[in-house]
Amino acid sequence: MSYLEYNTQRMPKGAAKMLHLNWALVVLLIAVACYGFVMLYSVAGGSARPWMEPQLQRFVIGLAVMFIVAMVPIWFWRSVSGLAYGLSTLLLLGVEFFGAVGMGAQRWLEIGPLRLQPSELAKITTIMALAAYYDWVDIKKISRPVFVVGAALIVLFPVFLVVRQPDLGTSLLIAAAGGAVIFAAGVHWAYFAGVIGTFAGLVFAVFASRGTDWQLLKDYQYRRIDAFLDPTLDPLGAGYHINQAMIALGSGGWSGRGFMEGTQSRLNFLPEKHTDFIFTTLAEEFGFIGAGSLLVLYMLILAFCLVTVLRTSNRYAALLAVGVTANFFLYFAVNTAMVMGLAPVVGVPLPLISYGGSAMMVLMVGFGLLQSAHVHRPRLPT
Amino acid sequence: MKRSDREKELSRRMITRRALGLGAVMTAVTGTLMWRLRDMQLEQADAFRLLAEENRINLRLLPPTRGLIHDRNGVLLAGNEQNYRVVMTRDDAGDIDLVLARLQKLIALDDEAVARARDDMMRNRPFVPVTVAERLSWEDISRIAANAPALPGVTPEMGLSRLYPLQADLAHVVGYVGPVSDRDLEGQDRPDPVLMIPRFQIGKSGVERAQEDRLRGKAGSQRVEVNSVGRVMRELDRVEGEPGENLHLTIDARLQNYALERLDGQSAAAVVIDVESGDILAAASAPSYDANLFVRGISSKDYNGLLENDYRPLVNKCVQGMYPPGSTFKMVTALAALDAAETDGRERVFCPGHMDVSGNRFHCWKRAGHGRVDLVSALAESCDVYFYEMSQRCGIERINAMSERLGLGIRYDLPMTSVASGLNPSREWKLRTRDADWRIGDTVNVSIGQGYVLTTPLQLAVMTARLASNRAVLPRLIRDPMERAAPQAASLDLRPEWLEMIRRGMSDVVNDRRGTAYSSRVVDPTMVMAGKTGTSQVFRITQAERDSGIRRQEDLPWNRRNHALFVNFAPLDNPKVAVAVIVEHGGGGSTAAAPIGRDILLAALNDGRPPLSAYPTSQRNRISAEQDALAERLRDLGAFRVSRA
Repeated sequence: MSYLEYNTQRMPKGAAKMLHLNWALVVLLIAVACYGFVMLYSVAGGSARPWMEPQLQRFVIGLAVMFIVAMVPIWFWRSVSGLAYGLSTLLLLGVEFFGAVGMGAQRWLEIGPLRLQPSELAKITTIMALAAYYDWVDIKKISRPVFVVGAALIVLFPVFLVVRQPDLGTSLLIAAAGGAVIFAAGVHWAYFAGVIGTFAGLVFAVFASRGTDWQLLKDYQYRRIDAFLDPTLDPLGAGYHINQAMIALGSGGWSGRGFMEGTQSRLNFLPEKHTDFIFTTLAEEFGFIGAGSLLVLYMLILAFCLVTVLRTSNRYAALLAVGVTANFFLYFAVNTAMVMGLAPVVGVPLPLISYGGSAMMVLMVGFGLLQSAHVHRPRLPT
Repeated sequence: MKRSDREKELSRRMITRRALGLGAVMTAVTGTLMWRLRDMQLEQADAFRLLAEENRINLRLLPPTRGLIHDRNGVLLAGNEQNYRVVMTRDDAGDIDLVLARLQKLIALDDEAVARARDDMMRNRPFVPVTVAERLSWEDISRIAANAPALPGVTPEMGLSRLYPLQADLAHVVGYVGPVSDRDLEGQDRPDPVLMIPRFQIGKSGVERAQEDRLRGKAGSQRVEVNSVGRVMRELDRVEGEPGENLHLTIDARLQNYALERLDGQSAAAVVIDVESGDILAAASAPSYDANLFVRGISSKDYNGLLENDYRPLVNKCVQGMYPPGSTFKMVTALAALDAAETDGRERVFCPGHMDVSGNRFHCWKRAGHGRVDLVSALAESCDVYFYEMSQRCGIERINAMSERLGLGIRYDLPMTSVASGLNPSREWKLRTRDADWRIGDTVNVSIGQGYVLTTPLQLAVMTARLASNRAVLPRLIRDPMERAAPQAASLDLRPEWLEMIRRGMSDVVNDRRGTAYSSRVVDPTMVMAGKTGTSQVFRITQAERDSGIRRQEDLPWNRRNHALFVNFAPLDNPKVAVAVIVEHGGGGSTAAAPIGRDILLAALNDGRPPLSAYPTSQRNRISAEQDALAERLRDLGAFRVSRA
């Protein structure tokens, strides 16, 4: 693709670009973020500190970043995709060698005052790299093994580095989002059947390795899986988190126990109630109306993301948008499935709502790219 | 790359198709999540709300009452005492440091205890109550109760803690309990939840450790209602746990007390065993230590004192101490020779005071020699040359086999800590561990219990019991209080005429004028004793020392002196009890160990106190004075006796 492919005459310029944003998406993002502010206010016991205020600042900055990214032409982003991918991979290698250890895993890289979580960055750059890759590959040769292997390497390198941190949740998200891009690019479906089959085999291997000296996961990860498979087994031990989360969620009922009335979060039964488990507080205090409406909002976000995908005829832009959409979907699907006891407890935040900087910023950059794809979509000559 | 319009169209169609496919999958997944949400929040809402209510109701584990340990007569060896303590819950306390500082003003609480409580709280989940102080007085508790509003999260509690009423008497046998450590939890995949109760105590040594599973019991639980700040409002219900099983040891506490006091002041051990059942009646290892110190948390000063003591009080010498048996091993050599038909026992061997074996001269302890000795007199006078000769005739493998048959070199499966197996050397053993061939000199050394052979006092007691009863008795420490008769061990199948000779020899040791322990004889005809002295070298006597005249034992530094041993049993005609005594670096077996062996054996036959009438008339004045001095230290067990259920 080149600049010349676009009908430059019809491409909006300057401030006029603002009018061509996917505005519905912007509105939806703000709406979801508001859910977050309310919940962070609630879990702090009716106080803007320590969570809601910083979160609000971050979201505003995030929005600004999104707009800036959106204003930059998509072909610029295409041209820096490889660079961004290389940079994030270097940072991941940095974590490998210089990373700070927290909660039994190396995830953070401290550069001066900056605390960076390169695995979050890798989510976006991997998608960018894949989209650029498929924009480059000849469409007719796309399903040839050599090109599939190329794409797989692009995905698996960061995945491998993130698994080593170890952060199984994030690595699976990167792999899955990458898979969505590869799928959307049109690679023959048999490859996916193969990968899913292999994955099933791998899961088997993970369990078979338990207790042997080539054990594939850390003990705490196995315990999380155990607790997931049967949380009632050990209500005071490994299954404590998920049990309490499910109790909070279920006890919400139709309309919830009322704002700041949830006993589970009030009495500190909920773990990580401002981050990974925030959905349970929402469900407890606002019930099915609150939690269900959030899921509907998420669905709408997905829908408007798809609109962008379908409206751009540019291959790079469309694939990038697919990746951003899939990434967002995986975030909330895994998080909510986790707190509802449908998936193992892995550290995945609820997008736009959980307290946390890195994830929010990366998410907003992703939406910025998607917006850029939307603004700079090729217009057909009239 | 440049693409044709056709390709662009192809790409666009593919992406549209696949993106819609992905959209469908996402919709399906989100739909599933929605369905699950509906199911949990609408269908099962009541059940979950109930659970949320129950959450406000706290479930607490109630530590089970640990099983008691009694001696064979129902004397309490390990019990539980009421104990007031203060527990604290991080969650409810809010500012832990503030609350702890306030608590420190109310009760005596050193900084170390505060730091430990703080660590415990931070390590555990916030709702886990942590013990801050134990063994508080009633005044302390009432002061805390009066100041309750200023002490959020602090609750006074009454609990049980382990108590060893006999203090040091059975520290090595019963052992002690202590708080669960990370090491205890290692390797346990799913540890008993009760172990997670902070400062829950489990067996750390001895019977307490070996029988932990039986003694611990099962945890109960208690449901308490807590108000919005988590303070306990009332108890809703309570499921009592199962108390641990009570154990009855074979030990006779009165005898044990006597034995330990009799050994006082020395680094020594004595084991008393029933010759028929193998019941260990006493297993005293001196010096001992107060097991209660460990329960309460021993100070590092006290602990270092125990560790650095030359007499090694922490070691249970009865089963962990391995010593060359010295002449007490001679019965093994004699029986090995008889078993090999290398002698009939009546044959006489000439002892010139030494024997030359392949260029080395082996001395008899009596330099002038014993003249012509047969088996009985060789035992009585402990002639070394006789056994040098016998061992060369029958060889090490026969000695090894007989040694094992008599119970030496075997690790007994007893609920005690670090039971040693001793060492029963053989050709194969030496080749394997030293990579050297067995030499005839090794056999000669072993024949008198020197060289490689090592035994524990327990093994020597078992050997003596087997010689006395001709049964393959196995030592045991725990008995079923309901059993009607003690189990009888299988016959050892040693020929009665051989045993007759051995017993006659052992009898002559104490009852014949020429015997090595004649001064330790028993005159009461109902308690006639038989025994064997032993003196085992700790350091080899060099030729230079021998030439310059062997130094008297008393002149040597303590830790170079010989070990003194004595094994004995009684009554001679109908043996009941066997004893093995070792006094570390005590000098000679006949002087240092035999009198102790006699006293303990007589005590065993007479309910824990030796009767004066059993001693030779000439010794009664001295013995009487000794007994009076000892009696002041002996314990009156009446208070600890518990009627048997």
